[in-house]
Amino acid sequence: MAASSMGLCTVVCNINRKITTRYPRIFSLNTCHHVCRKSFGSSTQRCHSQAQIRKKSVPQQLVGVVGLEVHAQIHSNTKLFSGSQVRFSAPPNSLVSFFDASLPGALPVLNRRCVEAAVMTGLALECTINRKSLFDRKHYFYADLPAGYQITQQRLPIAVDGRLRYSHLAGRKQNQVVTKSVRIKQIQLEQDSGKSLHDDSRSQTLIDLNRAGVGLMELVMEPDLCCGEEAAAAVRELQLILQTLGTCQGNMAEGQLRVDANVSVHRPGEPLGVRTEVKNINSARFLARAIDYEIQRQMEVIGSGGTVLNETRAFDYKSGQTFPMRDKEGLQDYRFMPEPNLPPLLLYDSETAPPPQGVDPQQVVLIDAVRKTIPELPAVRRERLVDTFGLLPEHSFTLVNEDGLMDYFVGVASQTRAEPKKVIGWVIKDVLGLLKQQGLNVSQSPVSPRRLAQLLDLLEDGRVSSSAAKLVFLELWKGTGRSPAQIVEEQGLGMMDDSAEIRRICQSVIDSHPEEVRAIRTGNKKVLNKLVGLVQKETKGRADPVRVRAILEEGTS
Amino acid sequence: MLGFTIREISLAFREGRISPSELCRKCLNHIKETRHLNAYITVTEELALKQAEESEGRFLRGAPKGPLDGIPFAVKDNFCTENIETTCASRMLKGYRPPFNATVVQKLLDQGAVLLGKTNLDEFAMGAGSTDSAFGPVRNPWSYSDTYRDQSRAEPDSDWVITGGSSGGSAAAVASLSSFLALGSDTGGSTRNPAALCGIVGLKPTYGLLSRHGLIPLVNSMDVPGILTRSVHDAATVLGVLQGLDVKDSTTIYHPAPHNDLPDDIDIRKVCIGIPKEYHAPGLSRETVSQWSHVADLFERAGATVREVSLPHTQYSIVCYHVLCTAEVASNMARFDGLEYGHRSAVSSSTEALYATTRHEGFNDVVRGRILSGNYFLLKRNYQHYFVKAQQVRRLIADDFAQVFGSGVDVLLTPTTLSDATRYSDFIQEDNHTRSMQEDVFTQPVNIAGLPAVSVPAALSQRGLPISLQLIGRALQDRKLLTVAKWLEQQLAFPQIQLGGLEARGGGRSLGVSQREQTSVA
Repeated sequence: MAASSMGLCTVVCNINRKITTRYPRIFSLNTCHHVCRKSFGSSTQRCHSQAQIRKKSVPQQLVGVVGLEVHAQIHSNTKLFSGSQVRFSAPPNSLVSFFDASLPGALPVLNRRCVEAAVMTGLALECTINRKSLFDRKHYFYADLPAGYQITQQRLPIAVDGRLRYSHLAGRKQNQVVTKSVRIKQIQLEQDSGKSLHDDSRSQTLIDLNRAGVGLMELVMEPDLCCGEEAAAAVRELQLILQTLGTCQGNMAEGQLRVDANVSVHRPGEPLGVRTEVKNINSARFLARAIDYEIQRQMEVIGSGGTVLNETRAFDYKSGQTFPMRDKEGLQDYRFMPEPNLPPLLLYDSETAPPPQGVDPQQVVLIDAVRKTIPELPAVRRERLVDTFGLLPEHSFTLVNEDGLMDYFVGVASQTRAEPKKVIGWVIKDVLGLLKQQGLNVSQSPVSPRRLAQLLDLLEDGRVSSSAAKLVFLELWKGTGRSPAQIVEEQGLGMMDDSAEIRRICQSVIDSHPEEVRAIRTGNKKVLNKLVGLVQKETKGRADPVRVRAILEEGTS
Repeated sequence: MLGFTIREISLAFREGRISPSELCRKCLNHIKETRHLNAYITVTEELALKQAEESEGRFLRGAPKGPLDGIPFAVKDNFCTENIETTCASRMLKGYRPPFNATVVQKLLDQGAVLLGKTNLDEFAMGAGSTDSAFGPVRNPWSYSDTYRDQSRAEPDSDWVITGGSSGGSAAAVASLSSFLALGSDTGGSTRNPAALCGIVGLKPTYGLLSRHGLIPLVNSMDVPGILTRSVHDAATVLGVLQGLDVKDSTTIYHPAPHNDLPDDIDIRKVCIGIPKEYHAPGLSRETVSQWSHVADLFERAGATVREVSLPHTQYSIVCYHVLCTAEVASNMARFDGLEYGHRSAVSSSTEALYATTRHEGFNDVVRGRILSGNYFLLKRNYQHYFVKAQQVRRLIADDFAQVFGSGVDVLLTPTTLSDATRYSDFIQEDNHTRSMQEDVFTQPVNIAGLPAVSVPAALSQRGLPISLQLIGRALQDRKLLTVAKWLEQQLAFPQIQLGGLEARGGGRSLGVSQREQTSVA
């Protein structure tokens, strides 16, 4: 109806629902802006990287202020307002509907999946979900924006006032877990643009509209961060949350997660400084570098009496520097206007705000129904790992942050008699180590949790020595399908039971190393270890080292 | 038979008095004879004959699809037609062939109706005269009628009158008897205004009742597909076919169509007619006022309640419309940049230069002017002052209607236009903007409020040209509105057009239109 697009009805019903995220007591609960900004230059506790970038030439304590704008591509089969498929690296312009190409007369039809993804993301980030939100047109001319405007949510976004809790490792050994949070101002649904491919040699621009109209969640954060390290940690945690929710695949290199950083410096207590916007960042590591570079640059500008310009800068990862982007458009006036082809987006709650009679259930998104489908979030998983298995917090980070590794660990731990503390060493050092070395995902591991559990049981039962176990593991990694027990059997890696044989080997080692034996007898007991090693070499690590040592001690006394 | 209504011709098909193919050929011939009216931009002759043949097969098998099977129709050239040029009467879209049909076009085709062609309009539907088209102005068929020629005595080609607009081609097609039905669009009166000046029925349905998918937008929040026919009954039939929820247009509403026809026997005594006092606008012709009060008397004498009502914010409607219309125009026209489709300038020194020259070459002054105004109103510094204010006024205007209808009024009776059709030579003395402000005064508040309204021809003026009146109904009460309109149509017995002037021009032949069966005469 016409009335729906008049934009005068601004009654907003908010459903305020916080996701409870409990944190282990050992985590220190700090919010960044308290730690970093207030303590800079005066306190012992300060943001690690900011300490590095501080310049002595700046007399007063300037601190960095960072706010992020994150564009997360919604993981959905079809685009935000059309039925075109969403797929990375499809042939150019093969995923373009009439609406995506903005053919006149084609109209937007909102994708329910994208709405659910935004609601779920909002709930996971402790946002208030707006029961009514609106769509707006944001106008600018660009070749990969076929309609001349982007449909976004400027006035009334789908979610507001949230919080992203994130942690990073600190301390000299990087084994202290520091937990902080950054406020989420809003999450808005909007369309992605197409891609322009500039062919400078032929002075042509080629347009690929496959991405045009893909659903995005723009997450706008408050400027609560103070340095690159924090920003990178926050983005990594966000990435993990989105991946856990399945609302965004989060691959920064493929542009599924794009981060722009608003950076400024100021003296605490004074108004925020002029900010620059840094774009072109395609990894969390580069984000940290770009921000730290930009903070340092601005400090130097101010330190040398200059002023920071409000501009957009691009990060060049090769030089590690930011450069002003050629600003063709000058100051943009986006001429926002309500999108007249989309009625207000209304969300319901079966308890507190049920949908009116006669509304097609297929057309309704229930906030409480979405809430019920939220999986266990990374922070809760880490807590559970620490509580259930007695792991160190830093280990819980490794397990949760590596896709699939937690499930792998739990799989091993639940099938072996070995202590979780022993299991974690194997999973992180041996399994993850080899996976990284060979560039594999956890899901591609040649050693299944069951096989590793079987191996650890052999070790636990004293049927193999730990050094033989490593050999069995490497054999398992070849993926021949044989069980650890079979490998032990076939390769004769089991513990030696034959006392006479062990005694014989020990005696031959003693006999062939008179120098060492003499040293031991004159009191240099350390040399005994060498003899133990020689015996183990002879037995391929199959002899019980305690027993070997006892025999050797006896023979050299 | 070209002067028949849809209802009559459908009966003739069933009785075998004429076949769809035969009728289609007659229409195509007549389009050629009336080519000087400039009603059509594209005539889809081959396709029409093929569709007519298919329809004929269905009649021969005794399985016609419904009341529209075999009925020739024309479509305003701002509705997308699959693989048929759709220009919006603009250089910008010359040669553009959309890959899909507008929902309303598809629904007519699905019913077996026969598409004759695409009709002329003001460029992108911006205008009230059908005089600002890249294909030249449309001439009102009444310019060649016996009634007008008797009064005028001038050469027919020198003093022809305008059709009104912007759906002037559609109105001319139906009024000149080359098509039985035409689709128009109505944003501020673009269907009702030309229907009124061409002496036919023009229906603007409730916003949301008909899908806008495939209608190239002017103002999305006000656009509705319009229906132009020779009788109210026909308009109701077509409405029933076209209305309904469309998944491709999120602003459509579910409102099932009634299964039966409009009744022929109508009791008007329980109806309350409101006469808005503010509609005594400056510039309203004496003749139109007298028809207006005559019809009010008709209602009263027949036992209906007639009372004066007030729509106090109507006076702000035009200026409010101007802001909202130009803002949406500026936005909607942004897509025409020469990249994906349509006109592309040869200038390619930079992307910006390409945009600028493409848009300069592609759009006429009217379109460019509205784009400029609209962008001005949307600037950050102006948005609150203009756009938001206009939206607030829009709500007040809509509330006026709601209040009147809430007080027991069923239908409002107003003039459709200020007067009968203006001579082209007089009309172009004023610019498009001024004309639109003048001509839309009675029609455009209805779009602001999203209500249904229908223009019904009432009588001929002293100049021998049609004078029409408008009935406005409550939202989604389109059927009730049409029932009242049908009753009125029955009382008025508006005369048939006699196109003797066509023969005088040398291009015509006797049409036998006086044979038309006046089923509507009570």
